[in-house]
This record gives sequence, C-alpha cells and structure tokens, in this order.
Amino acid sequence: MSTDTEPMDLSRDGNDVGTIGDRLARYIFFACAFVTVATTLAIIVVLVDGAIDFFAQVSFLEFFTETNWSPRAADNPSFGVLPLVWGTLMITVGAALIAVPVGTLTAIYLSEYADPRVRKVAKPTLEILAGIPTIVYGFFAVSFITPYLQVLGENVAFMPVPGTFNAVAGAIVVGIMIIPMVSSISEDAMSSVPDSLRNAAYGLGATKFEVSTQVVLPASLSGILAAYVLAISRAIGETMAVTLAAGALPQMTRNPFEEIQTMTAYMVEIGTGDASVGSIGYQSLFAIGLTLFVMTFLMNVFSMWIRSRYREEYQ
Amino acid sequence: MSTQTADETDEFEFDESAVKRKRQLGKVFLGLCFAATMVGVVALIALLYDVVSEAWGWLTWEFLTYPPSQIVEHYNPANYGNLPTGPGGMYPMIIGSIYLITLTAIFTLFLGVGAAIYLEEYAPENLLTRFIEANISNLAGVPSIVYGLLGLAVFVRAMQTGASLIAGALTLTLLILPIVIVQSQESLRAVPDSMRQASYGTGATKWQTIRNVILPEAVPGIMTGIILSLSRAIGETAPILMVGAATTLFAPPSLTDPTGPFGAMPMQIFEWAKLPEENFQHVAAAGIVVLLTLLLLMNAVAIYIRNKYDPRG
Repeated sequence: MSTDTEPMDLSRDGNDVGTIGDRLARYIFFACAFVTVATTLAIIVVLVDGAIDFFAQVSFLEFFTETNWSPRAADNPSFGVLPLVWGTLMITVGAALIAVPVGTLTAIYLSEYADPRVRKVAKPTLEILAGIPTIVYGFFAVSFITPYLQVLGENVAFMPVPGTFNAVAGAIVVGIMIIPMVSSISEDAMSSVPDSLRNAAYGLGATKFEVSTQVVLPASLSGILAAYVLAISRAIGETMAVTLAAGALPQMTRNPFEEIQTMTAYMVEIGTGDASVGSIGYQSLFAIGLTLFVMTFLMNVFSMWIRSRYREEYQ
Repeated sequence: MSTQTADETDEFEFDESAVKRKRQLGKVFLGLCFAATMVGVVALIALLYDVVSEAWGWLTWEFLTYPPSQIVEHYNPANYGNLPTGPGGMYPMIIGSIYLITLTAIFTLFLGVGAAIYLEEYAPENLLTRFIEANISNLAGVPSIVYGLLGLAVFVRAMQTGASLIAGALTLTLLILPIVIVQSQESLRAVPDSMRQASYGTGATKWQTIRNVILPEAVPGIMTGIILSLSRAIGETAPILMVGAATTLFAPPSLTDPTGPFGAMPMQIFEWAKLPEENFQHVAAAGIVVLLTLLLLMNAVAIYIRNKYDPRG
C-alpha cells in the first residue's frame, strides 16, 4: 500500500473513492440538501407567478395606496391592501409592546438573578408556551381574553367595550406567544457574556442592578435586537390566533378594540372559502402572500445582519 | 437622615442613603424581572386552565371514537342516550393527524438527515455551501401559511394530488425541514472526529464510516430533533388549511391510498372554534385537549430518548 506520494488527508474529506455506492451516496445527500434551495425557488416562483396574474388586472398603485379592501364585491371591487397591512401592524405593534419588555426582563432574571433550580423549572415552562399550537392561542383569546376585556370595558371608565372580535385580544395572545422567542434568544446572548466583565464591574463597586443593565445588557445588545426582529417577524406571519381573535373586517381603524383583518387572516378566509382557480380572489391570495413573504424575508435577513454585524467576540 | 452627596468632595465618603437607594432600586428591578417571568408562567397556567375547564365533561370515550356532527347536541354526553345517529366526535381527524405525521416523519427522516449529512460530512467550504446554509435559516423564518400556499400551488394543483393526505404531508415536510436539518447537523457535529479517523484508519470508505460509525452515534440526537419538529407540525393549522384539509369528514383517510381527502385535528378545532353557537366552544376545547395530549406524549418520548442516550446523563 505504501507509495511515495503524500499520505491522503482523511480528516475531513474521508475516503470517498470506493464503490459506486460510495459515489452515489454523495449525490443522494447533495440532492437532499438541494431540496431546501428548490423550496425557496418554488416559493418565489409560485408567489410571483400568481401575483403577476393579479397585477395584470390590478395596478400596483391601487394595491399599495388605496385604503379600501373589498376584492370580492360584486360590483366595483377594490384592491387597496393598506387596511390588511394596517391590521397586521396593529397586531404586531401590540404584540411587541407585550413581548419586548416582558421577554427582556425575563431573560435578565433567568440569566442574572435566578437560582439554578428556579431556572431549571422556569425555562422549560416558557418553552412549553412556544410549543403550543397557534390555533390553541386563538381559542384562548376568544374564550378567555376577550370575555375578560369585555368585563373590564364595562367597569372601567373611558375603556370601550370590545366586540367579539377585536385587535387587542389578538395582540395579547400573539404577544404571549412570542415571549419565549424573545426571552430564550436574549438569555442565550446574555449568558454568553463572560463573567470577567461582570467581575470587573463588581470590582468597581457596581451593584447587581448596574451590572445587569449597564454591562450585560449593552454587551449582549446585538443578540437581543436580533431576537426582537425575529419575534416581530413571527408576529407578522402569525395566522390562526389572529384569524380567530381579531376578526375579518379589513378597516383602518385607530381603535384597537374594534374588529380588523390581517393579511394572514384574509388568506385563511380565501383558503377556506371556495375561490375558484383563476378568479381574482384566488389570485389575490398570491399577491398578499408575496407581500407577506417579502416583509418577513427582509426582517429575517435584517435579524441575521444585526447578529453578524454587532457580534461581540469573546475569548 | 442626611442628604449630602459624595460628589461635594473628592474624597471618598460613605454615603449610607445612596447605598440604601441603590439597594431599593435593585430590589424593585429584581421584583420587576421576577414579575415578567411570572407573566409567561401565569399565561400558560391560565391557558391550560381555560382549555381544560371548557372541555370538562365534553371529552368522553365517544368523542374519541365517533365521526363529527354538525349539531352541537350530538357532542353533549347528556344527550348520548337519545341520538338516532350516534354521538359526535373527532375520530377521523385523530387518525388523519396520526397518518399525516407518520408520512411527514418518513419524508423528513430521509430528506432532513440526508441534507444534514451532506452539509456536515461532504460539503466543501465554498460559496454554494454557504448559500445553502443561509437559505436554510431563511426558510425557517417563512410564515407557515406561505408554505400552505406553496403546497396548494405545487402539490394540489401542479402535481394534481388534490387536497390529499400526501399533499398535506409533503407540505408539512417542507415546513419542518429547515429545523430538522439544523438539529441533525448539530448531532452530527457532536460526533468526535477521532471516531471518524479511527474508522478511516481501518480502511473504511466514507459511506461506510457514515453508515457504521457516525450515524449510530448521532441517531438519538437526530431522533429527538425530528420528534420535536413533528410535534410542532401536528399542531400546524394554516398550511393544511391552505392545502385543503377537510372538516366534518366521516371516515378516516387510508394510509395505503394517500391520495384521498383527509381531515386533521387542528383544522377541525378551527372549524369548531369559529362556530357562533356557544356550546361549540366546549367541543373545540375537548379537541384541543386531545391535540395537546398527543403533543405532550410526543415531547415526552423525545425527552426520554434524549435523557436515555445523553452521555452527560
């Protein structure tokens, strides 16, 4: 076996020169990996293809500037997507107002304060929240949160009584749903801040509060911001909870206790209806889907960029 | 209590009130952080309490073994005695969900593990590999309803599978594939290089090394990841809704003929939950309890596998 040439370096490449089966394995595995690329291509092709059919009948200008969305009106249908985007934004902003402070403080507690035994219980408990199907959150909003809001509305001055469907209940459940996303990614970022930084601050006489908010928080800021962006992206794409809780009335109201419709909820409405292939309702599905895809895609890329751009390297 | 502050003089002076204030601030902050952590925990307890209390009395053996009905009285156990058509339940949907997850598991196992093996063991460090990996993390962030649209256009329409079990399973496979690949990659990466070297040292080829050494070592981690992803998939409503999961289906789909219509639990729960009649809330809650129980069982299996094979105990 010995030759004069350099010995083969098998550490990573391995001995990939065997039988046909050996060579075949490589191509089969590559094909599996390529399925993911094909999926992305297929998503883009499907959405763009459907959207082209839609925009052949509806102008871009109308779609992105008009404020009335009634695509299936028998006479004079109108295709301004803004009410749906507005509804989505209401849910997203509301959810972020809940999840960002709660998730961040939770992460600080788990990373800086919590007894290991408490953390061992609290962390998996929060992870259960992340594993609950979104349809269950929708049910929870309708059967628990909205009735409570209605009781509150009747008894608290200046608070309107929300209807069966309202944006607030949707925003609250979506907020609860994304708390674990904010807290677990932020906690990972905070835990990876080296103890030497904390000890240096303590050595200067800093209190635990000062260490947490003025040392650990800034040091892990990139991870925390990336978590916010990811969680908000999730809230934009969330479907079942907002369909059940927030309703199906596309309108640009500023009152969060009123019924609204999000982009995803509209897609469900068409998906469960009987929009026939080729109808404008069916095509609008792809135009909305493309808008949603582009929005979440940009946010996901932005989140990855924050992470790589501001990543602190610790030895 | 004196209110003099330390900055009046350059010399260090112990200021008791400032320390006290800081201590109080620290306590308030700790209280705030603890309260925030409790928000999540309390929400979870409220959610589970709400679901179980609504389902109480409506979740019976008959609910698990009979097909659904349009009439809410058929679900109420008090009426079981005088029903000509039999009680209402979610049997076809339970079976439908189990079949859906079985097919998804088979597809995911091959595609996910195959892709992870390529990326960890074969892929050269080049632009294409980096592109594939970036693409996978992007796919993980695509909303599930967009996958539903993909399934509708590609499987249901273009491949003409119709709104079938196979279309649903393929859609769910693509949905969870990014997560499965990343988790499988981590399991493969955890296999020490010395084991690869030892295998090559005995003259084994690359494929033999993967098959006989690397995979057996990584299987527990891979299985844990796949089961957890499947438990996520079983609760997904939006994608199967877009693909066209049926509701009020009276017979379960057939695993031997996956081209027929199918119903699944989350879709049926959605149908019940949006019905205006108040009592359907109880029926939806009973369905949710069944769904969450199945989910919990799958998670328990995953945790069992992880604990049993985790070398760290």
